[in-house]
This record gives sequence, structure tokens and C-alpha cells, in this order.
Amino acid sequence: MSRQITYAQAISEATVLAMKKDPNVLVMGLGVDDVKGIFGTTLEARKKFGLNRVIGTPASENAMTGVAIGAALNGKRPIFVHARNDFMFLALDQIINNAAKWKYVYGNDSVVPIVVRGIIGKGWGQGPTHSQSIQSVMTHFPGIYVAMPSTPYIAKGILMKSLESKVPVIIFEHRRLYDFKQYVPEKRYTVDFGKAKIFKRGKDVTVVATSILVHQALKAAKIVSDFGISVEVVDPVTISPLDEKTIIASVKKTGRLICADTSWLRCGVASEISAVVAEKAFSFLKAPIKRIALPECPCPVSRQLEEFFYKDYQDIVCACFEIVGKKRPNNLFKEKEEDLFLGPY
Amino acid sequence: MNQTTRKKLFLSMLKIRRVEEQVVSVYGQKQMRTPTHLSIGQEAVASGVCANLTKKDQVFASHRCHAAFLARGGSVDQFFLELCGRKNGVNQGRGGSAHLSDASKGFFSSPILGGMVPVATGAALSFKLNKTKNVAVVFSGDAGLEEGVFAESVNFALLKKLPIVFICENNLYSTNTHIRYRQPNSPIFKRVTELLKPKQINGNDVEKVYVDAKKAVDSCRRGKGPVFLECLTYRFREHVGPLYDYNIGYRTKKEVFDWEKRCPLSLYKRKILKLKIMSKKSVELTDKKIMNEAENSYAKALKGSWPTEKDLMTGVY
Repeated sequence: MSRQITYAQAISEATVLAMKKDPNVLVMGLGVDDVKGIFGTTLEARKKFGLNRVIGTPASENAMTGVAIGAALNGKRPIFVHARNDFMFLALDQIINNAAKWKYVYGNDSVVPIVVRGIIGKGWGQGPTHSQSIQSVMTHFPGIYVAMPSTPYIAKGILMKSLESKVPVIIFEHRRLYDFKQYVPEKRYTVDFGKAKIFKRGKDVTVVATSILVHQALKAAKIVSDFGISVEVVDPVTISPLDEKTIIASVKKTGRLICADTSWLRCGVASEISAVVAEKAFSFLKAPIKRIALPECPCPVSRQLEEFFYKDYQDIVCACFEIVGKKRPNNLFKEKEEDLFLGPY
Repeated sequence: MNQTTRKKLFLSMLKIRRVEEQVVSVYGQKQMRTPTHLSIGQEAVASGVCANLTKKDQVFASHRCHAAFLARGGSVDQFFLELCGRKNGVNQGRGGSAHLSDASKGFFSSPILGGMVPVATGAALSFKLNKTKNVAVVFSGDAGLEEGVFAESVNFALLKKLPIVFICENNLYSTNTHIRYRQPNSPIFKRVTELLKPKQINGNDVEKVYVDAKKAVDSCRRGKGPVFLECLTYRFREHVGPLYDYNIGYRTKKEVFDWEKRCPLSLYKRKILKLKIMSKKSVELTDKKIMNEAENSYAKALKGSWPTEKDLMTGVY
């Protein structure tokens, strides 16, 4: 039971298992076939299955996504990788106008089950166009699923699930999670769409957090528990479909909701989850909902500004004190912790 | 070219023309509430190309897709049901005129300019990976080629030597703007198209289209990589809708009439009669039969079931 592997290894393992099981699974994208193989996630696949199945593409995101769709239409199962999810913007036409609509409009059991992996970068001065977190854009549109795996176990299971389903799935992987280690079963298993995971039970506050913020929420929960605040940490796993049932049940129990997402506030995931709770569990709320998301400015490059920009466990701790109406002790935190992550990016 | 092929080409064009004329004659009844881009005048391209294809080949088209749908053997009944928004339409009433598709016939279309060009390229990729002899064909208008995905797709198709025929149906206009205002004489993608040994042909001469498309498709089947054909043609009616539009100021009545003199259908009808492939009487009877069928299909479509509220959400992920 002690087999610990990283988030990156878990993705690689899922890819290789799926490619072994189904000869139609392909990997596509800029750099998937290069020496670094997308932070190592595609190296093993390339070694095992060669360049006919791990297809490096030109920097033509929209066309190449269309190519993936056309191949999927003919039974292939392409995993299309964007080393930065920001480049997915260039493929929005194909993802939204074609992939998301295909089954609904063309019917006849005609499906295009592409899987798009987009990596969210954070920090180290990656700045305004290489560190965004574009999940709410994709979540807006029916016809595609959106997943934000927070652990190696979920990352492997959700990729396996995606490669066995008929739905186009977008998976947002956080670069800062790539080295996170955990026990992950060696064999094939799947993690369901639309099934939230409760990481910690609690009775005073529900914190719904996405991706890397799940870990920040757990850290925050530990700190505030010393002050008698019991936090329940819920990871939606997929934000489309969204497991409203689990979230609402948790809020009905705790009466308080904090929503933390890696992206911006406006029309964002935190806003959507807040709206669902306000609509369906309003009378259970003992305090106004709190949303934790990025400040309304593009991501700055400056190291100092980045510290102000990103949200972490400290913001969640503060929100927990405020939402239960307790005064936060002074000197709870020293400084913001120094960012020790050195890449590679 | 043998007589059977000639007859096939003629009947394909005749069917497209008469079915679309049925659309024209009833569009004003407002039963077909779907923006409709007619191919009247451009029938030779779809007919000449599709006559070379097998059932397992795949064809992709853009908004002006009626001709290719019918040339691919799409059902006239299901065509009218779709345009009338009924449940049994070829897209279950969800796609309308500009998304006509039939997976069983290997045919798909979408009105986002250039949007199907890479999808067709991806179909060609899978044909190659699966070591089949199938060919993908994509029809695009002249404006579709202005989209970046075209150059990107050509680049990839050449790189991987994919079995794809890119057909440009150049009808000179993007909505109401002539090509001279949109593209330079030596277009930026010329470098790419040169690699494809591109060819411009008279898209109103169905035999010419057939012969060149045959060469292109055969070469794809032999694994020689992608081919590009520009078929010069002309749409008689307005960009979207059933009317003539020479009164709105972007093209002249004379220009439309000059092109109508080069109508692919009447030119070919003359040849069919001259070569005695069909008698005058037989042509008239067939023509009448097609017109009746189109009328009947429309009448049947009006009696087709509407989709129910339950149908709204079926098949949603």
C-alpha cells in the first residue's frame, strides 16, 4: 500500500494504461513528443507507443483541435495537451462550436470524445497570459465536461474515466500539483464525473475549493480547528457536471459557505456555486456566502505583486473567522510564506 | 467519360436545382424558419466531386451545404423535415439548413467559416492511421480560406501526407463583398497552395470538375497526400435567403445574367441531349418527376411531427 507516485506520474500512468487498453487512444499537442514530454507526463507513452500515437503538432491550436475532433469522429480518442491552458483560447472555436455541439446537433450516435488537458501555471512571474485558470469559460457551455483534479488519485481516475466516456472532457491540471505525492493504485480505476469528494468532515463551515485550493482549504481547516471552528472541505472534482447535491447537503448541515476558486470572481466557478446554494439552500444560511477568488486584474509578473495576487490558506482562515463571527487572533500568521517552487515551468 | 457517369452527373445537378427551387418557391410561407444559403448555380462542383467517392469516404461542408448533402445521397424527405424543424429531420430539427449532416452517409457541415476544414483533416488523419484507402473531402467557400485554420490544416495535411481533397467553391462573394476587396491577387497562402499543386478549374463545367476531382481523389487513395482544387463558380441567389439581390448594390443585374448564361445545369443539359444520353422527352419526364418529389417531400415535411419538450434535453451530456 505504500506505492507513492506524483500527480504527473499518475497522469502518465493513466495515459499509458488507456493506450494499452485501447489502440485508438492518441496523444496530440505541441511538445507532447519532445524530450521533456509535458513535464514528463507523455514521455512514457511516447517510449511505449511511438510517434504514430504520440503526435507532436505545429503551433496551430484551433486547427489541431479540429483535427482531433475529426479523428475522434472516426473512432480515435485523442488526448490534446496544452502545456499552458491559456493556449486553449486559440482552440475555443473548435471546442465550443464543434466538439460541444456535435452529438446534440448531428446525432446519429455521432460523437467526438476528445480529452483536452490544459495546465494551469502559477507564480514565478509567468504573468498575465501564462498563468490563467480558464475553467469558468469552458464550464459555461453545455456539451463538454470540465474537471479540476486536486490529487494524483483523482488525476489518474478522471483521465481514465474521460478516455472511456463519450463526452468531450476538459481537464485542468495545476502545475503546482505535479510533484504532489500520494498512494495511487497501480491498476486501472475511474473517478466519476459529477461526484464531489469530501476531504474533511466538519459542522460549522463548508469550504468548497477547486484544484490546488483544496489543499489550502485543508491547511486552513487545521489552523481554525484550534480555535473551535469545524470546517468541512468539499472538492467538486468536476465543475461541469457539478455535484449540487453534495454541496447543498453540506451547507444545510453547516449553514455557512465559503467558495474558493483559482480564477476570477465575475461569472466564475465560485460565483456559480454560490448562486446554486443561494437558490436552493438559502433558508439554511446563517451568514452571507463568502467567495475567494483572484483580484479583478490580470496576473502581474512582479514577485511582490504575485504575493498580493494569489489566494491561499491565509485568506481561507480569515474568511472562516469572519463567517462564524469570531475575532481572529492577532499574529496568527507571520509573513506570507516564501514561494519555494522553482519550476521547471 | 462513359454515358452512365454523364447521366449520373446530370441527374445529380438536376435534383439539387429542383429541390432548392422548391425551397425558393415555399420559403415565403415561413414554414422553414432557418437561414438558408442556396447553392443554385453551383451544382456542378458538389456533383462532380461527390460522384468520385465511396460510401466510406467522408465529406465536410460549410453553410452553403445543400448541394453537397444531396450530391452525397442525402434524403430529400429528411432534408425538408429538417428545414421545417421537425423531429425526423436529418438532424432531428436541431441543425437546420446550415448544419445538414448524416453520419450514415459520411457527411457533416457547419456554418462557422473554415470550421470543418481541420475536422476533415482529422478524418483524413484517422484514415491514414487506420491504413484505409478512404479519402476526406472538404468544401469551403472562398471566404472560408481566409480563416487561419485553413493554412494550419494544409500545413498539417502536407506534413503527414493525409488523404484529403480541399475544394474551394469560389463563388466570388463573401456575403455581399467581392473577393477583390478581401484577398490580394497573390494571396498570403499561395506559398502553401503551391505545395499542393493547386489548380483553378471552371466550376460550372461538371465534367471538368468530375475529371479533376477524380484525379485528386485517386491520388489521395494512392497515398500521395492532400490536393487543392479551386472551382470557379457563382451563386445566383442572395447570400442567405431565396431571392435575387442585384438591386441592393454590391453586384449588377448584368453580372448575374452573364453567369446565368453559364448555368452549369443548362450547359450540361444541352450536352446530354446532343450526345443522346437521354432523349428530350426523358429529360422532361425526369425533371417533372424530381419537381413532384420535391413538392411532395415538402408537403410531407409540413405534416411531420414537431419535436416535444422532452426532445429538448435528450442526448445532452
